Amino acid sequence: MSEIRPYTLVAELTYACPLRCVYCSNPLDYARHAEGLETDAWLQVLRDAEELGVVQVNLTGGEPLLRKDLEALVAEAERLELYTNLITSAIPVTRERLAALRDHGLDNVQISVQDVTAAGADRIAGRRAFERKLRAARWVKELGLPLTLNIVLHRENLDRVPQMIAFAETLHADRLELANTQYLGWALLNREALLPSREQLARAREVAGEARRRLAGRMEILFVTPDYYVETPKACMDGWGRRFIVVSPDGLVLPCHLAHTLPGLVWESVRERPLATIWQASAALNAFRGEAWMPQPCRSCERRSVDFGGCRCQAYHLTGSAANTDPACALAPRHDLIEAARRGSDAGVSPRPLTYRSAVRSN
Amino acid sequence: MIAPEVRPRLAAKARLRLDRKTNRYLLLYPEKGMQLNATAADIVQLCTGEHTVAEIIVRLAEKYAQPATVIEREVHAFLEALSERALLESGT
Repeated sequence: MSEIRPYTLVAELTYACPLRCVYCSNPLDYARHAEGLETDAWLQVLRDAEELGVVQVNLTGGEPLLRKDLEALVAEAERLELYTNLITSAIPVTRERLAALRDHGLDNVQISVQDVTAAGADRIAGRRAFERKLRAARWVKELGLPLTLNIVLHRENLDRVPQMIAFAETLHADRLELANTQYLGWALLNREALLPSREQLARAREVAGEARRRLAGRMEILFVTPDYYVETPKACMDGWGRRFIVVSPDGLVLPCHLAHTLPGLVWESVRERPLATIWQASAALNAFRGEAWMPQPCRSCERRSVDFGGCRCQAYHLTGSAANTDPACALAPRHDLIEAARRGSDAGVSPRPLTYRSAVRSN
Repeated sequence: MIAPEVRPRLAAKARLRLDRKTNRYLLLYPEKGMQLNATAADIVQLCTGEHTVAEIIVRLAEKYAQPATVIEREVHAFLEALSERALLESGT
């Protein structure tokens, strides 16, 4: 296979997190991957990733601020001219630490916000968090750092998109991500409670579209539609093992943050082989690269180079095989699974009971 | 259209770097990047808040020995594209 250039490193520095969000994208058995890479290993990952062509690093987790060496990692990324984006719950942060990270070269701070009301936000996060996030967001702007707010959308908060936009304006956010829940990991467990209705989604999208035009040039607004309502699958990670390298807290080199939940694939760690070797040669990374693995209708579909067959994890977690067509696609043999979930959400009442992220539920 | 007396400055969230793989400039911002041609990279490097749009056009017209009207179109189109992505802070 010819050399594949990755552009973004997703550095999952730890799975530990003070929040218990019901749609957390970490794997259900995250506690099994708890043994974190040491500082030197992460520094080497940054250098090797840059050598491969990476220009952006998302410092994420779990909660990356729980690592005491975050400043050292940011400083190394700065030395390598990597664009650094800190993706944080903003719970364990002080103004001093944010200032230090800025001084080490941090480029952007992305704070997750669960909702615009403290009650709604704290219900999703499983603890009191809203007020602390608000304070941290203000510090980010006071320190002259760019601020992205990321609000994950679902049935319980989707009707508050107008208030979310006003909230982001009040905080002078540079960027607002209104990202509908992706129904994998913890979110799949909670799908019945979280999946919105079609009407709810359409209203929110319209509001976001109007705000995007009104705020053009001042605030960037992203609205990510859930693929349960699109009929074409998402181009998951811009294609498997193509533009993104994800490194898990224990050093596994992955194409996405959930690939290690797929059975039958052996993932290699940067503790055993250099990142560059794994990136090019890993049998698991090569399993779904290109088009040779594709079943019909993907293989002869004209969109196969647009969506790359969709999401392998969604295919596995819904149909039982990662090599199946993503059921989000209207042409997929098992699209009925998506249609059934949608019917459930149209008929449903909320609120429904939620399962919170926890280490105990390891399966 | 961005007025000629505006002094554009690159937004704090964006950074310019040379791509060592291609030897071309990349403009990076959260979750995205833009590969720039030589003129676009020159424009970004002049978006420091010191130079007006009119001055940027004069400078580039000199550098590329092209009529200002040709350069002007390119500068405006590119600045508009940056502005749409909220990558410019425009002071006067």
